[in-house]
Amino acid sequence: MAKTHVSCTINGEEVEFLCNPQDTLLDVLRNDLGLTGSKEGCGSGDCGACSVMSDGRLVCSCLMLGSEAAGKSIETIEGVAKGDKLHPVQEQFLKHAALQCGFCTPGLIVATKALLEKHPNPTDEQARYWLAGNLCRCTGYDKIMNAVHDAAAQMRGETV
Amino acid sequence: MYSPTYAAPTTVDEAVGLLANASGKARVLSGGTDLIIQMRSGRLRPEVIVDIKNIAGTIGISEQADGWHIGAATSGAQITEHAKLCAEWPGVTEGLDLIGSTQVQGRASFAGNLCNASPAGDSVPGLVAAGAKAVIVGKGGKRTVPVEQVPAGPGRTSLAADEFVLEFIIPKREGKTGDAYLRFIPRTEMDIAVVGAAVCVTLDANGVCTAARVSLGAVAPTVLVVDAAAKALIGTKAGDEAAMAKLDAAAQAACNPITDKRGTIEFRTKVAGVIARRAAAIAFERAAAR
Repeated sequence: MAKTHVSCTINGEEVEFLCNPQDTLLDVLRNDLGLTGSKEGCGSGDCGACSVMSDGRLVCSCLMLGSEAAGKSIETIEGVAKGDKLHPVQEQFLKHAALQCGFCTPGLIVATKALLEKHPNPTDEQARYWLAGNLCRCTGYDKIMNAVHDAAAQMRGETV
Repeated sequence: MYSPTYAAPTTVDEAVGLLANASGKARVLSGGTDLIIQMRSGRLRPEVIVDIKNIAGTIGISEQADGWHIGAATSGAQITEHAKLCAEWPGVTEGLDLIGSTQVQGRASFAGNLCNASPAGDSVPGLVAAGAKAVIVGKGGKRTVPVEQVPAGPGRTSLAADEFVLEFIIPKREGKTGDAYLRFIPRTEMDIAVVGAAVCVTLDANGVCTAARVSLGAVAPTVLVVDAAAKALIGTKAGDEAAMAKLDAAAQAACNPITDKRGTIEFRTKVAGVIARRAAAIAFERAAAR
C-alpha cells in the first residue's frame, strides 16, 4: 500500500516524511527521523515513556499514527532544552537524581513540563494524578515528585 | 506485511463513501487509543483506516437550542476543560475523565469509547443516564438514536458498515437535575471498571424525585438502562432508605455479568447495587443544589 506523505512541525521545524499507514508517530520519530529520545516501553499507552505534545496536548506517541501528525505541531523531549540550556524540569530531575536507568525520564519530563505549564503550582495529588500515566520501575516516585515540585517553584521564579 | 490504507476525509460524504466501498473492512479512527493497540496486537486488521477528525463537527463543544453538541472525536481533555458543561453534566464528564492517563485523555473520545463497545466503557453509562443521543451518518443520511442503542455486544455496534457517529447531543438540563457516575476498581487510577453506575434524577421544588434514569456498565454484554431501578427513586426524596434498598435490588436483578480476573458474577452483582445507591445519593445531592 502507498505510504502517506506527511508535513508537520516538530520542535519548531518544518518536517516532511513518508510513513506506512500503520506506523505510529513513535515509530516515525525513532526509526525515520532519528529522534530516539521518546522511548517505547509498552506500546499500548500504559507507560508514558513515549509522551510527546501534539498541538499542545500531552499524548502517547505510540497511540497516534504518524499519518495523523499532518499539519500538527509536535514537541518531543529533543525540543525541551534550548541548545545547551536545560529546561528547569530537566535541571531539577538532575539535581534530585530523579532518574536511575533513565528510560522513563524523557516521558516524565515532557509530561511534567505540560503539567507545570497548565498548573504552575500543583498540589502533590494533582501532580501524582497528572503523572499517573508515566511509569517508573526503578527510581521510585519520591525523587521524581521532589523534582516536579522544585521545578514548579523554579518556573515560578522562586529560589530552590 | 500488513499494510492498510489511511484516509483523512474532510466531508461526511467522502467518509461514508470510503466506509461503504470497504465493505466492512474499514475502521473509523477517532482518538485511536483502542484501535491502534488492537491493530498492533493483530486483533484488528482493517484494510482502510478512516480518520474522521478532519470532518467539520467531529471535534468541538457547542450549546445549541436542543442541548449540548459534542463532536464524536472531541478529546476527553478538551471536554473536561469545559467548565460549563462539566458543571451542568458532571456525571457525563466524570466518566470520561476516569479513562486512562493524562496522555490517553489527550486523545480518547466519547465515540471511540462507545463504538469500541467494551461493556466496561467508563464514559457510556453517564451519557445513557443523561439521555444523550448519538447522531449517526451513513449512506441513508443522518439518524439520531439514544446512545444505549449503539452497542450490540462486546466489540460490536448496531451501526451499518457505512455509518459512523458524527456527534452526541446531551439534552438541556431541566430544573433541579443532577447526575453522577461511579465505578469500582481495586485501585484509584489507570484501571478498567469492574462495575460502573450512572444515575440522573430530577427533583421538584420539594425535593421529590419526578424523573430518573439509571445505567449500569460492565455487568452485561452491553451498557444497561435499568428502568426498575429508576422507578424505585421516583416519588422519593434524598436519604429514603426504602427507596435505596429497592434501587439496590433492581440494579442487582438487572445484572448479567461474567466472571473474569476483575471480578466474579457474584461480586459484580453485589457491587452494582452498592455503587448504584452511592451514585444515586450524589445525584440527589447535586440536583438539590441546583
